[in-house]
Amino acid sequence: MALQEQTLPLPGVAPQASTGHRPDHLLVAEMVQPGSRVLDVGCGDGDLLQLLESRGIDGRGIELSREGVNHCVAKGLAVVQGDADTDLVNYPDDAFDYVILSQTLQATRQPKAVLENLLRIGHRAIVSFPNFGFWKMRLQLLVGGHMPRTENLPATWYDSPNIHFCTIKDFVQLCDEIHVKMERAVALDLYGRPVPLNLPWWVWNMFGEQGVFLLSRGGKGR
Amino acid sequence: MTKVQSIKGTSIQSEDRAHEADHPSSPVAKFGMDQPLKLDCGIDLASFQIAYQTYGELNAERSNAILVCHALTGDQHVNNVHPVTGKSGWWETMVGPGRPLDTSRYFIICSNVLGGCMGSTGPASLNPATGKVWGLDFPIITIPDMVRAQAMLIDRLGIETLFAVVGGSMGGMQAVQWAAAYPERVFSTLAIACSTRHSAQNIAFHELGRQAVMADPDWRSGGYVDQGTHPHRGLAVARMAAHITYLSDAALHRKFGRRMQDRELPTFSFDADFQVESYLRYQGSSFVERFDANSYLYLTRAMDYFDIAADHDGVLAEAFRDVKTRFCVVSFTSDWLFPTSEARALVHALNASSARVSFAEIETDRGHDAFLLDVPEFFDISRAFLQSAGKARGLGDVGVA
Repeated sequence: MALQEQTLPLPGVAPQASTGHRPDHLLVAEMVQPGSRVLDVGCGDGDLLQLLESRGIDGRGIELSREGVNHCVAKGLAVVQGDADTDLVNYPDDAFDYVILSQTLQATRQPKAVLENLLRIGHRAIVSFPNFGFWKMRLQLLVGGHMPRTENLPATWYDSPNIHFCTIKDFVQLCDEIHVKMERAVALDLYGRPVPLNLPWWVWNMFGEQGVFLLSRGGKGR
Repeated sequence: MTKVQSIKGTSIQSEDRAHEADHPSSPVAKFGMDQPLKLDCGIDLASFQIAYQTYGELNAERSNAILVCHALTGDQHVNNVHPVTGKSGWWETMVGPGRPLDTSRYFIICSNVLGGCMGSTGPASLNPATGKVWGLDFPIITIPDMVRAQAMLIDRLGIETLFAVVGGSMGGMQAVQWAAAYPERVFSTLAIACSTRHSAQNIAFHELGRQAVMADPDWRSGGYVDQGTHPHRGLAVARMAAHITYLSDAALHRKFGRRMQDRELPTFSFDADFQVESYLRYQGSSFVERFDANSYLYLTRAMDYFDIAADHDGVLAEAFRDVKTRFCVVSFTSDWLFPTSEARALVHALNASSARVSFAEIETDRGHDAFLLDVPEFFDISRAFLQSAGKARGLGDVGVA
């Protein structure tokens, strides 16, 4: 079962008609310096990698699902079959300029260890995940009294690959705890538009449908 | 007394094959006393020859050459009628016009390995010093030796950089060794169902095969050619044992189950009652018609000695330090001879040395042999990998200039 196929497409991450690329992919790609080396962990069908390579970025990928890998290799991408939870330890320190974890954090068994590995392998990490603090989620749990299911995350609680949901607030706390520096943080609303920067955290946590973070080693979060 | 049916002797006398060993139907590159091959065992082998086949055309830039490396019992006849067996080429599903190794785009070269018996110098060839067949006087060779000999052939063909080196099983070992030994001469490597070191289990199976050959009285301590015999029973047993390792439990069950061969009831004898027995006996006896027993000993030994990491202080990643070669590693789920874990070890090492690597595990129940069979997903990946490498190499869509 392809992880990406189950969690996607999110409306907020549906391809934009104008560019054919998902807004979160465009945002991630914009965070990456041209000419750098990138590892995309949980690269799915390789859409983000293709976007990065088209911008002259040297991209590699890891993907859990065999179908995903085979699609990627068939597109000529350098992707290996592997598991973020178990295989990141095999990568040497500082091997990449950026390590990307796009819409995959919530499906890992040990998000904290994975996050630490991302910043060991890469000088910077870019992490995006669905925000469980999004108002629609809160409303379903509060009013409906059941685990939230949205058009973005349609799986039921018993067949979801997403085992470690978190809110933007939770993620920021984790970054603080493991001394990860948050260089850039963007919350995208349901339509893939950035939530305005000048609004406070709690607004992001309420109205951000997903969070996209550019991280580096050391220091405290904001 | 209980009826016994042992393996049948060979129907074709081995003369055709013996002739191929020195005078192959393929083109031959001869290397004289002035161009010795420096073997890992310390011996300089001279003179020697390498027999090869080519398919397609070399382009004007000489940039579209692919070297195909064959497996243990394969040979250079990738996509033409075999001169001894009369059967079609062993990889015609993979090589040809419109195939993943597209002969209308690429110039395909396949040479018989050093130590083989289809025209490249090996134990079945005549020793120029004595005028007799080499036999056990032939020096022990290794996978790196085979690759060195191939590099001399590629030099002879006037090719500086190979667009790709492709191989499965022992051929995959050679493909990986090429990238480790001559990284600047290999643009891309497609390594299939192989490993960077032969496992203890695989060495054990090879030892079983070698002992079966040596236990045959007709082996005559390796001197069977001079004494007019051939250890076909021992070699057939070796092949039968090896053949089981190329399949899988599921594949054997699907193909044969417990079905009987041309009979309804067991004969209460050691006759080949079961289809699987009959099949294995056929595999054994047809193999001996085309293969030299001593060659089998030497080639299995070469695989046993293979361990790339050992040549780099035990650190596999060191073998690929700063390689620019693009890699694609493929394994098959049901291959227990070269399981996915072996492929993964190679991939980890390549990752650690920052090489550009793709790795795909193909789901199939057909075992190690899957790389020789019609497995569409495997073909798709091979084709796509070579196409994207071709784009990076600047090969046009048509390929041939």
